[in-house]
Amino acid sequence: MIGLEHYLTVAAALFVIGIFGLFLNRKNVIILLMSVEIILLSVNINLVAFSWYHGDLVGQIFTLFVLTVAAAEAAIGLAILVVFFRNRGTIAVEDVNMMKG
Amino acid sequence: MTAQDLALLTPEIVLAVYSIAALLGAVYTAKDALAPQITWATAAVFVGLAAWIATRGPGAEEAFGGLVVVDGFSRFAKAALLLSAAAVLAISQDYMTRRGLLRFEYPLLVALSVVGMMVMVSAGDLMSLYLGLELQSLALYVLAAFRRDSAKSTEAGLKYFILGALSSGLLLYGASLVYGYAGTTLFTGIFAAAGDGRAEIGLLIGLVLVASGLAFKVSAVPFHMWTPDVYEGAPTPVTAFLSTAPKIAAMALFARVLHDAFGGVVADWQQVVAVLALLSMFVGSIAAIGQTNIKRLMAYSSIAHMGYALMGLAAGTAFGVQAMLVYLAIYVAMSVGTFAFILSMERGGAPVVEIGALRMYARHQPGRAMAMLVLLFSLAGVPPFLGFFAKLYVLRAAYEGGLIWLAVGGVLASVIGAYYYLRIVYFMYFGEERGEPVEAGGGVVLWGALMASAAVMLVGIVNLFGIEGAAAAAATALVR
Repeated sequence: MIGLEHYLTVAAALFVIGIFGLFLNRKNVIILLMSVEIILLSVNINLVAFSWYHGDLVGQIFTLFVLTVAAAEAAIGLAILVVFFRNRGTIAVEDVNMMKG
Repeated sequence: MTAQDLALLTPEIVLAVYSIAALLGAVYTAKDALAPQITWATAAVFVGLAAWIATRGPGAEEAFGGLVVVDGFSRFAKAALLLSAAAVLAISQDYMTRRGLLRFEYPLLVALSVVGMMVMVSAGDLMSLYLGLELQSLALYVLAAFRRDSAKSTEAGLKYFILGALSSGLLLYGASLVYGYAGTTLFTGIFAAAGDGRAEIGLLIGLVLVASGLAFKVSAVPFHMWTPDVYEGAPTPVTAFLSTAPKIAAMALFARVLHDAFGGVVADWQQVVAVLALLSMFVGSIAAIGQTNIKRLMAYSSIAHMGYALMGLAAGTAFGVQAMLVYLAIYVAMSVGTFAFILSMERGGAPVVEIGALRMYARHQPGRAMAMLVLLFSLAGVPPFLGFFAKLYVLRAAYEGGLIWLAVGGVLASVIGAYYYLRIVYFMYFGEERGEPVEAGGGVVLWGALMASAAVMLVGIVNLFGIEGAAAAAATALVR
């Protein structure tokens, strides 16, 4: 029997993978975008699992909002990445270094 | 019922419809030729909506089953952020036109992000919180990368986007846990589920994740690493915008989440917010010392100022929220004037951002140098000026809230912070002149904004323009 805790474990694992993907990846900005998507999807699993557990539809509505916003976010991220590539000719993470903070 | 709900949301709807109509109109007609007019029209719409919101009667109302809450707190925050956005649009038009940067998208992106901020400050539910926050952030990412042909600006946009998306992810994961453990996304429901005294562990983890997501948005240490780079890389008018209206909106949202949803478990979040405040004040003050670029310096300055605003929030009382609102209003007034000064710094028509270039500025531009001196003293919190009273307010809130160590830390940090503000004053009045002097560019609007902001710092000490009373009413609407 698969219960709530199994879903939460999968979601937590995906969330951690996404966070590590953001911080450990040194190669490609596209991988950063993929990590962000993984984080958002782990949230969706959480929301749907809780929604099923509580028998309450709000969580699934929240998921639809998150999916929609994630699509808009990816579009804007890729657009910024394209103008960055036009200026610098690279999308390697270590080249995003004109300013040191 | 729906008609009433929509009536309550009229300002947001008006602004959203205006942005889309202006966008379509500009695309189908003159495009960028209309950009200055659209900028001024947008500023006028902001001022009109702010006046309309500010004159609405008191009382709290809910729309869409509690998704949106319109009360004294949200009215105060909306009026403040609309006015500051209008001021930033006014000071940016001339600068952007002369740099060939003013495209008609600029005022409309600002308007759309302001719609997001207005939804944020009246959010009564995790869903409206998230949607408002994302509407604001998505527009800001584009604004940071607005100078498409500049490597620095696009890099700023990219960094802002990635760290902003990470913070949204943290916030959302926290929101999902809060939903799971409270069984509802409504703030009133979470308030009931969290109960009095101690919340259960799942809710606490959710609360911490939501708080760290929001700390990213207000650029509190240790979530501040994007701020200096984005402030430096973004076009200066966008930097001015980033350091004003979004700060009000994010701090107001922070206060609303902590008090509306977790107001029963103040002891659980008080220490977290107090540590964020202390770290922000010290890191902002110490890291600013070595800066040579005035935009980076303003980034660290805004980190330190957000630390002071968080100190008011950390007190966990109605007076603390009032102090935070007063602090934010005064900080924004100072920021607009300071950025009007930065926008006017140029040499041979090109913008200058080096602090060293201001050597002996006072000999060439005594009036502007005097106004900037007043603003810098006020930012540092030197007594006769308004900035001192802002700091006094939050220190008193922290003291009365029992956080004496935090108040002592705040005083120490403001002494350290005074050094780098006074260094600019030293350069302007006593520095040895090297190379070509900085000219005062820009039209009468920049001059007017600088002088008006400096005048506010002096005249405001009489009665703070009555914002004390408004902020007190707003705070009592929020803290139960």
